[in-house]
Amino acid sequence: MPWFAVRVASIAGAVAALYLLSGLLTATIEAYVLQVLVQCGIYAILAVSLNLINGITGQFSIGHAGFFAVGAYVGAAWTMLWQPHAVRVTSALAMGTPAGDALNLLIACALGMAAASLAGAAVGLPSLRLRGDHLAIVTLGFGEVIRVLLLNIDAVGGARGLSGIPTLASTGDLAVFWVFLFLVLVIAVSRNLMNTTRGLTWLAVREDEVAADAMGVNTTRVKVTAFVLGSAFAGAAGVLYAHIMTGISPDVFGIDTSIIITTMVVLGGTGSVTGATLAAFLLVALPEMLRFMKDYRLVIFSTLLVLLMLTRPHGILGTRELGYATLFRRRQTGSPGTR
Amino acid sequence: MEWFVQQLIYGVQLGSLYALIALGYTMVYGVLRLINFAHGDVYMVGAFVGFYACTAWLPFKDLNAHPDAVTTNIALAIIAMAIAMAVCAALGMVIERFAYRPLRNGLNRQDARFWGFVGAIPLAVAVSDQGAPVVLAVYAVSGIALGHVLCPVVAWLRRRTVLSPSRLNALITAIGVSLVLQNGGLLVFGADPRFIPTIFPESSIALADGIHVGIGQLAILGVSIALMLGLRHIVLHTRRGRAMRAISHDIEAAKMMGIDTDRVIAFTFALGGALAGAGGFLVAALTHVKITPMFGLLPGIKAFVAAVLGGAGNIPGAALGGVLMGVAEAFVSGSQHLSTYRDAIAFCVLVVILLVRPAGLLGQHVPEKV
Repeated sequence: MPWFAVRVASIAGAVAALYLLSGLLTATIEAYVLQVLVQCGIYAILAVSLNLINGITGQFSIGHAGFFAVGAYVGAAWTMLWQPHAVRVTSALAMGTPAGDALNLLIACALGMAAASLAGAAVGLPSLRLRGDHLAIVTLGFGEVIRVLLLNIDAVGGARGLSGIPTLASTGDLAVFWVFLFLVLVIAVSRNLMNTTRGLTWLAVREDEVAADAMGVNTTRVKVTAFVLGSAFAGAAGVLYAHIMTGISPDVFGIDTSIIITTMVVLGGTGSVTGATLAAFLLVALPEMLRFMKDYRLVIFSTLLVLLMLTRPHGILGTRELGYATLFRRRQTGSPGTR
Repeated sequence: MEWFVQQLIYGVQLGSLYALIALGYTMVYGVLRLINFAHGDVYMVGAFVGFYACTAWLPFKDLNAHPDAVTTNIALAIIAMAIAMAVCAALGMVIERFAYRPLRNGLNRQDARFWGFVGAIPLAVAVSDQGAPVVLAVYAVSGIALGHVLCPVVAWLRRRTVLSPSRLNALITAIGVSLVLQNGGLLVFGADPRFIPTIFPESSIALADGIHVGIGQLAILGVSIALMLGLRHIVLHTRRGRAMRAISHDIEAAKMMGIDTDRVIAFTFALGGALAGAGGFLVAALTHVKITPMFGLLPGIKAFVAAVLGGAGNIPGAALGGVLMGVAEAFVSGSQHLSTYRDAIAFCVLVVILLVRPAGLLGQHVPEKV
């Protein structure tokens, strides 16, 4: 069998397994835990996608909620505003059937990702001229500008936001399925990227931009591509968020959201995909687990954050990764992902 | 024309407040290259201390009931501002000592004891309806106990961690401290917005036809200019100030010249905290804003934007950037169609200026050596 047939078959098998697993989870776990799990997944997509920009390419971007917002609003605009027109042209787009729902969600995701990556390119361009803290504050500002713009566009509800977005993952298990499908996708892209020469150029830009430039790496292209790719996945997370929560407003995408996503990346260990995923699950689930402490939970949560940063300066995992290679082999020999 | 001058006056007043906060950011950035995210929350604490000073601690009289109490009120206000400044200076030093210094030097036993006391706060709050002696006893005992538990943990961690100053790491620590202050504020002060009652005359002076300047606006402007001049004196003409400048120039060389860098850095945080406290008090007492535990977040970020605008680490630059941003914001929020874009204008100005001058308005561009 040719290698790509094996590849396609294994991917199809994995997706089918994921679908069965999400069905199993939905049948066994109570709804509240499931909802937390979905939230964890969405934030994990955001953290891993920011890790592409922040951790792997070393561009200090802390305004990820802006791309999240662009994806959410464009995706919601498709299902609420544009789809009714499109469905008159071809009835294949009608919602209500599982196939139609899936098709619409995929279209919304494609549009949201495209719009978010355009926004990413727009933010990536200043990164050609700015570095470090200056870039950070510009990206933070960009996220805030996007929020204020959304606040002022009446077609998407302004300050009220959009509500009553048709849920395309109505049966619950579909929500888990879609979120974790995209999570697996962004993790696979990050992991595979780090094992290619292209990915090596990204790491080279992180380690030393001037040296990378001198070695013939097109740093401009690397940086803009990183922003485009990272924000595209944030856009996908936004689309999923909009269609699972069925209501969005500009408040959801404020500075605090940007900050929490950045925190996930750094806490997990900048550059570590596994770390970003773990930290996202931890930071979403921890406040829920601390709920029994009522008013004090947020204080305890933030104190734990400071203490973790002081005691593990490189994040939970540092630049290490968890995977087949590290689990089943004692010592990893020179994978490009590790420093 | 009238509209223009009126907005300009408002903008300069707003800008002088931004400048006060921005100075604290820029001084810390100058010596440590750290975005002290918690600075906006120090400003919030200043406003709350001002609120308690004005409503509970000091015998202010409501001017609506006692119109003749103006002079005593002004004298008391100076005391209240001094209290706010002192509390915020101390807070700045505590933050530096127990959150940022361990980042540079590693954790030690004292840090463990301190964090034990932080961890004991929820316990103390849990018994807060039992009366002060019980609360204090519970707090002291549990704080000491927690500290003792933490000590061996910290010692163990200290052996294991390799210190490496990472900018991202420092930033997240700062964000964490900011979250601690906000959530702690929610716990201690409550989520209800507070207002300081009218304690100053609210009359305004007519400069020309249709152009008025409020007494409060003048007071804010005057006090902030006085504070900035004081800061300028400290930085340029005292030994401490010279040490600060030396550290921001080259911290390693400053250490070798015998400067106690930890002390000077603590002093820098105290200065910045005092300015933020003064700013918080002025805003709370003179502009009737709603004081909530979250109210430092946006002014804090805008003030940092102002500091970057003027050239991060550059003290006159921060003042200039603050005023510029205040004016830009005043014009946008005063205009008919754009007023809802008020919170975005700061960042738009920043992007434009940084694209033209990446080091900020007064910052010096340092070419990268290879």
